[in-house]
Amino acid sequence: MARKLLLEHINVPGINTLDVYRQKGGYRAVEKALKTLSPDDVVEEVKKSGLRGRGGAGFPTGMKWSFLAKPEGVARYLVCNADESEPGTFKDRYLMTHIPHALIEGMVVASYALGAKTSYIYVRGEMMPQIRILERAIAEAKAAGFLGKNILGSGYDLELYVQPGGGAYICGEETALLESLEGKRGNPRIKPPFPAIAGLYGCPTVVNNVESIAAVVPIINESGDEYAKIGIGRSTGTKLISASGNLVRPGVYEIELGLPVEEFIYSDEYCGGIANGKRLKATVAGGSSVPVLPANLTLKLANGDPRLMSYESLSEGGFATGTMMGSGGFIAFDEDQCIVRNTWNFSRFYHHESCGQCSPCREGTGWMEKVLHRLEHGHGKMSDIDLLVDVSRKIEGNTICPLGDAAAWPVASAIRHFRDEFEWHVREPLKSQETNYGIAKYAEPIAKAEVNTEN
Amino acid sequence: MLKVEEQQPVEFSPALTTKFDEISNRYPEGKQKSALLPILHEVQAELGWLSARAMDKVAEYLKIEPIEVYEVASFYSMYFLKPQGKYMLEVCRTGPCCLVGAEKLMDHIEQTLGVKEGEVTADGLFSWRGVECLAACGFGPVLQIGPEYTFYENLDEQKVDTLIAELRKK
Repeated sequence: MARKLLLEHINVPGINTLDVYRQKGGYRAVEKALKTLSPDDVVEEVKKSGLRGRGGAGFPTGMKWSFLAKPEGVARYLVCNADESEPGTFKDRYLMTHIPHALIEGMVVASYALGAKTSYIYVRGEMMPQIRILERAIAEAKAAGFLGKNILGSGYDLELYVQPGGGAYICGEETALLESLEGKRGNPRIKPPFPAIAGLYGCPTVVNNVESIAAVVPIINESGDEYAKIGIGRSTGTKLISASGNLVRPGVYEIELGLPVEEFIYSDEYCGGIANGKRLKATVAGGSSVPVLPANLTLKLANGDPRLMSYESLSEGGFATGTMMGSGGFIAFDEDQCIVRNTWNFSRFYHHESCGQCSPCREGTGWMEKVLHRLEHGHGKMSDIDLLVDVSRKIEGNTICPLGDAAAWPVASAIRHFRDEFEWHVREPLKSQETNYGIAKYAEPIAKAEVNTEN
Repeated sequence: MLKVEEQQPVEFSPALTTKFDEISNRYPEGKQKSALLPILHEVQAELGWLSARAMDKVAEYLKIEPIEVYEVASFYSMYFLKPQGKYMLEVCRTGPCCLVGAEKLMDHIEQTLGVKEGEVTADGLFSWRGVECLAACGFGPVLQIGPEYTFYENLDEQKVDTLIAELRKK
């Protein structure tokens, strides 16, 4: 069995309550940090751990913390990003539902490290049940002296509040989140200045994902060096993977980074294989924004070596033959699924969620949705396929925030790897309405010629 | 769209304004605009939707311009700018849920309730709509019902029929 640092006690009855959480060793990290470590020591441990942001970008958390400006007499803030909205990702909801104190404990330790006296957990508005769970847990922690004035006699004060969003994927982008927390529309800000210099209310701010903050707890308990021993290379520690789609056992799994993708999909410890005895056609390995890969490139690198669940291995081969770790939203497609239809669905999502600030994204996502809609519904032209590639290229890199890239990549990658399926929709407009293209050659061993294809 | 015609006077109950005060206290002095999103959720939970009158009252409470409330209410997908059914069934329509049957489920809901997406049933009880990813992809298809945002997972047609029947009886 692989090591579990975040979900070890997930099945313990009552683990959502303070009492049971403490019986299982909860709030030891708060005691250790506040009584024996300086704030800088905590930052140092997180740096040593090699922990990388679990929200999608994979930026080293300790380094992000060390960038925080500390001008005299200016408040600093820690804001937890619990606006989990990336299609395919549902780990943060799971963690907050079942072990809310893991997040709160992490918030106390991280706030202490950063010198924040007030911290916020920005939870997407649709997660009202989780907001109630967190508020109850915060009240428990406060009553037990882990929050509020003079925590555990250390002289450190912290107030922690939960802030609901209003329903907008874009607020998962950290500067849009801060705008939203200030009571405005979620329009991302132009960077620089980065939040570490001017964030919430213009003050130095760190924004971290739920899982990143929860991971600070085992890092402090066991030391950064111990944490860094888990995993592979620069992908240290464990990662929560949200598995969905046509799997025997979809759900949230904690893996040690470096697990072979094949083992994750097919072993009984994890997803248990493809549902209904079907074959795997394709996967989206890190949430809807990352490139889709056919089955063969999911399981193996272009050179034939096994692909691993790590930041480096998933992106091995660049966009030609690789994908990205992203937020760990692992979506599996069986042989009956239509790539064109799914790409249209994702495009509709990004069109709906574009904030509208930047023209390439506002207009481009709409174009992609429309063109994909007509391709899927049998009204497409052959030239539409190159039109989509063209539009996606004009969005990518030309917007204030990464939503533009996130909208462009799924379309570009679907055409890169599944072009024959798009062409079939044009050539067989009637047939494509009744049947799907099927698994084609996507699960066969990788052909050398295909490997060298650029875009 | 803002529905400006239906302008019944709005009064917030003392319990609601106490809640507003409690929310406003979470932010530093002078940053009370931060309370806008949570306050709009409270108002919608009480009134069922956000009328222009209700939003004006919120602006008055927070000492901001009404446009600052309108622009926020119209940006975020959770705020209703027109009346909805008492129970708004919001079904996830994004990729992973569609892989496990969300589209068929929405067709079924449309047939069962006899109204199109966004419309209200004649008895005023139900509306439904497809919404984007609800972060429960491994347990799809899923739907939620406000204002509590109760969550229903691993749905099929039978479970939805039972749910609708139970809500009718309430």
